[in-house]
Amino acid sequence: MSALKIKKGSTSHSAYNLRPNFSDVIERHTLAVLVENEPGVLARVIGLFSGRGYNIDSLTVAEVDHTGHLSRITIVTSGTPQVIEQIKAQLGRIVPVHEVHDLTVEGPCVERELAMFKVNGTGDKRVEALRLADIFRANVVDSTLQTFVFEITGAPEKIDAFAELMRPLGLTDVARTGVAALSRGD
Amino acid sequence: MTRKMTGAKMIVQALIDQGVDTVFGYPGGAVLPIYDEVFQQNSIKHVLVRHEQGAVHAAEGYARSTGKPGVVLVTSGPGATNAVTGLTDALLDSIPLVVLTGQVPTFMIGSDAFQEADTVGITRPCTKHNWLVKETDKLAGVLHEAFHVATSGRPGPVLVDIPKDVQFASGQYEPKKPSISHYQPPLKGDMEAITELVAAMETAKRPVFYTGGGVINSGPAASQLLRELVEATGFPITSTLMGLGCYPASGDKWLGMLGMHGLYEANMAMHDCDLMINIGARFDDRITGVVDMFSPKSKKAHIDIDPSSINKIIRVDIPIVGDVGHVLEDLLRVWKSRGRKTNAEGVAKWWKKIDEWRSIDCLKFEQKGKIIKPQHALARLEALTKKYDRYICTEVGQHQMWAAQYLNFEDPNRWMTSGGLGTMGYGFPASIGVQMAHPDALVINVAGEASWLMNMQEMGTAMQYGLPVKQFILNNERLGMVRQWQELLHGERYSQSWSESLPDFVKLADAFGAKGILCSDPDDLDDAIMEMLTYDGPVIFDCLVEKHENCFPMIPSGKAHNDMMLAGVDTQGVIDAKGSVLV
Repeated sequence: MSALKIKKGSTSHSAYNLRPNFSDVIERHTLAVLVENEPGVLARVIGLFSGRGYNIDSLTVAEVDHTGHLSRITIVTSGTPQVIEQIKAQLGRIVPVHEVHDLTVEGPCVERELAMFKVNGTGDKRVEALRLADIFRANVVDSTLQTFVFEITGAPEKIDAFAELMRPLGLTDVARTGVAALSRGD
Repeated sequence: MTRKMTGAKMIVQALIDQGVDTVFGYPGGAVLPIYDEVFQQNSIKHVLVRHEQGAVHAAEGYARSTGKPGVVLVTSGPGATNAVTGLTDALLDSIPLVVLTGQVPTFMIGSDAFQEADTVGITRPCTKHNWLVKETDKLAGVLHEAFHVATSGRPGPVLVDIPKDVQFASGQYEPKKPSISHYQPPLKGDMEAITELVAAMETAKRPVFYTGGGVINSGPAASQLLRELVEATGFPITSTLMGLGCYPASGDKWLGMLGMHGLYEANMAMHDCDLMINIGARFDDRITGVVDMFSPKSKKAHIDIDPSSINKIIRVDIPIVGDVGHVLEDLLRVWKSRGRKTNAEGVAKWWKKIDEWRSIDCLKFEQKGKIIKPQHALARLEALTKKYDRYICTEVGQHQMWAAQYLNFEDPNRWMTSGGLGTMGYGFPASIGVQMAHPDALVINVAGEASWLMNMQEMGTAMQYGLPVKQFILNNERLGMVRQWQELLHGERYSQSWSESLPDFVKLADAFGAKGILCSDPDDLDDAIMEMLTYDGPVIFDCLVEKHENCFPMIPSGKAHNDMMLAGVDTQGVIDAKGSVLV
């Protein structure tokens, strides 16, 4: 994964020139932000989005390098190309931020999300829920006579589709982790 | 070579190692151990302000006039919250500050203890970075890093929150060494982009340099390089409020300040240019006017150390991320090596056009009758203080714009004003900070009476330290800029913009032991100013001026650069409904 040169010291040949600016089209971008895992760093990132009026569609964070104390924040955001460029530049100037990657423009990437669904039902509905879960490769991680908890991993669209199918079958609770993403290839 | 010492001692030691000579502060329960150490040393002067906001503005004045970071020491809770305005001010104007706050002991954090506030939480959005230090062993490292972050890249305020038990406990002191943190903003610009700019400069027919505070923040060498570049190319130059002094006002390429209350020739040149070279400015809304009509025909280059400034407001054609000084050095070298070319014929025609605009003389005014015009007061102040080693601060409002228009700045770091945040009450404490850094210089704060009252308690500080700061108050008994906008936008309904129950400023000066001078007659003005200048001590100069004077030229809200209002025009109905929602 090659770092976008937007981070600290990027020049005219950075991300600014990648796409036409100031278009009105709203784009959805997945950003990976590597940060020093120090207290308050997540608040800095979230505060940047709320303070400057940017959107967060999904955000996940966890320490990925325990010796280097680096965390990876994956943010799915949307905005015009100019706003997206601003978001990346603004993220880049937060002091504990090491790298900002725009996975959407850096090349193909894999996006995955884990979700759990509690489905409450009996009879045909319960059978149907189990059958659909099998098709979607969801696992049953808890079961009572009334309920199932399914665990499913996949792209956000797959999880949305599964949720739609479960709704009429007695879906009561949903927990989603938000997107984790990595670029494909080298 | 580490030594064991208490956290409080480490703080003083770190400041000494960082070359700090002056700290602005106010003691309180959570910083008592630090104050105890301050008491037991002679390397660092501590200036006791009368309000923490004053401490931060004083440190800003110190920083802007020296180029060194300003240092502030205040207590927890209210001490920290009072510093917030100053921090925000410094963030918007990119002023390097290191603010140290006391905090309740670590074991009481989160318990709503006496004078507890979530200082790092409150100041996170108004600092460049901040730290809460919970271990004494880490304190020295954080303090050195704080200075590094405040002064590297785009400068800004940082805050270190230090719980009281961390101050008492002993730990290992880490001496200052070159920062090894990942935060190392590069200074050099991309050579390809610089060459592209040179090529554009070689052919431009109507070029203009649009400079800003970044030139001043980059250091005196950047101003020197800029002057060389302007003289060598012969291109006209304008500057934002924050950049005044980076090019001498006496230079013949100088167009004056641009923007909302900028000069006619500067704004017209910005609108009609074919090559705009932005050096360390940020396309602020006071500069651009309405963005869709901003300089429609120009190719734009932007030199800025902060990548987020680029394409934030105005899309540019040649972005160059880097330090102004470093980029200008490369720019000059490349331009010279390619044969020092410019489109001399085109530029000569451009100057003819500019001279036509200049001939309008947009700052002209007529002083007649027995009431002092504020412009006249500043023109006289300029004439009588020109030969002094002079530093000017301002508060915020009409007087600030008039000062920018009628006072001339020959050098960088001589002009301290609150640009981005527009903080009324900035100027007086800032003048104290400037005078601390330059004890023998003439330091004048050009003020409005309303702004000045916001931090007037600092008279006590000026007296205590014998700082001969001159408070030049243009007193129109109004919030002049608010009044002007009410006249332009709100049907002359002057809601709450009168300064009622003003003090007698001469008596007020007297009460503090300072000198007060009242001047209301234009014939007395020169003598009164001379009296202020020759008095060895702080002076409050109460200059009663025309009450309904408007500040012109003005780009009305929602209009373009070439749609300026000049003095003497009808002010009614010039701003439409769309423009009136803008500030």
